[in-house]
Amino acid sequence: MVSGSVRIVERCFLLAGRRDELYCHGMGMDSAVAWVGHATLDGVARIGRAAAFTGAVARALLDLRTWVPQAAAQVRRIGVDSVPVALFIAVFTGIVLALQSSYTFTGVVPLYFVGVLVAKSIMLELGPVLTGLVLSGRVGANIAAEIGTMRVTEQIDALEMLAYEPVSYLVVPRVAAGIIAFPIVTALALVAGIGAGWLTSVNLLDLSTQEFIRGVRMFYEPFDLRYPLIKAASFGAVVTTVGSLYGFYAQRGAEGVGIAATRAVVVGAMLILVLDAFWAVVLL
Amino acid sequence: MIRIDSVRKSFGSQVVLAGVDLEVTTGETVAVLGRSGSGKSVLLKQVARLLRPDSGVIFVGDVKMSHADKPTVMRARGSMGYVFQFAALFDSLTIGENVALPLRRGGISGDGARTRVMEVLETVGLPDQAEHYPAELSGGMRKRAGIARAVVARPSYLLYDEPTTGLDPVTTAVIDELMLQMKRDLRATSILVTHDIQSAFRVADRVALLHAGRIRFAGTPDDVRGSDDPLVRAFVEGRQELWPPDSV
Repeated sequence: MVSGSVRIVERCFLLAGRRDELYCHGMGMDSAVAWVGHATLDGVARIGRAAAFTGAVARALLDLRTWVPQAAAQVRRIGVDSVPVALFIAVFTGIVLALQSSYTFTGVVPLYFVGVLVAKSIMLELGPVLTGLVLSGRVGANIAAEIGTMRVTEQIDALEMLAYEPVSYLVVPRVAAGIIAFPIVTALALVAGIGAGWLTSVNLLDLSTQEFIRGVRMFYEPFDLRYPLIKAASFGAVVTTVGSLYGFYAQRGAEGVGIAATRAVVVGAMLILVLDAFWAVVLL
Repeated sequence: MIRIDSVRKSFGSQVVLAGVDLEVTTGETVAVLGRSGSGKSVLLKQVARLLRPDSGVIFVGDVKMSHADKPTVMRARGSMGYVFQFAALFDSLTIGENVALPLRRGGISGDGARTRVMEVLETVGLPDQAEHYPAELSGGMRKRAGIARAVVARPSYLLYDEPTTGLDPVTTAVIDELMLQMKRDLRATSILVTHDIQSAFRVADRVALLHAGRIRFAGTPDDVRGSDDPLVRAFVEGRQELWPPDSV
């Protein structure tokens, strides 16, 4: 019974990928318990660190003199520079949505429902979520790598020695820019996605502009426009905060910066999906 | 005056500082020598409160840096200049903007700041580099720019972290001369952390040898040269039998 448990524990370690093979071979229950203990403490410490960091960001919002002058440049970097990739994704999403809905509806549902499906899907879900995921990769990794490099090259220590609060100087401008820029980029993506769906419907499907617009307007509510922008703002806050967090605590040179960037993207993308579900439960 | 009393610091199970005592009187320059990894930089970072000691007390002037609250630490840092091992210049700013940062933070801008920045860049031999970015400069030039940024606001305390590491002998001599010039011009109370014993002898009024987490020896350069302590002699003469890798 005990040896069976040990085998299970060993397998768990291998699956978790947190210990090398040496650690897994010949391990007794004592070390298994120790591992569980260390993993639990490590997890709690990570959560505590993230909470403390988020609290520091919230407090630093009051330090306007430090972060406001940095924010405009960050809005440009996070927002303007992200527009091409966001539009690219939105256009092809709109094209595919129009074609797939036409394929599904043919002979059963009036074709102007293509407009309903394209507009609703893009506004409520695909526009903000796909834009958020793309920007999580582009913006989250960029922020983690930049701040992580500053950490491992002592530039953050240098900021502290110059009596600048690093969170105010580095993190808050990026978070503020994310909250401002993500909704703007998402709004442009919505227009591009629906526009691409319309062009596809008119040119490739047997649908007129009037019919497409009739579909778009059929179930439209003003809330449909507020909802993706609220989501996008929250995605912007999460992606930039997570990127900053992992960068801020990067260690061990280039390897540590690479790990920080990877984790920022993965955790940012996961949190976007969690937030997406959260807003659906709360607001729909 | 900088006073370090019984400072201890560990990282996990690794004890780095096991009770360091050191005093640097006003206007004095003390070099802290020791092997790589002996905890010299950790000690310096604790003086600036970039790290916190596990126990012990550090005073910088009247400020108890080891225990002060954040606003007090931030204010105290306004009177300190820190030269980082790899300069730690901000990549996204030009050399001129890097050097101007402490002035900007102190509320000095415009012509006054520009004049002072150019004056300091002239002093460190980089008058034509103000518009260049750190990536466009050599290692020695970056270190000089780092010194310029540290001294531009005329600090009362200067902390040098391995300023000559990785430099050729000629550039090392240039940096040493710069540190001596800062000592004359600013009369700052300074700690120089280094493993370069020649550089320490040239620049420092006193030398402290850090070994096994404690100050093993402190005295003038002449005291070091005349010391009978076998560990000190071995360090000065570069013999490794008493400084095996596992002793640090």
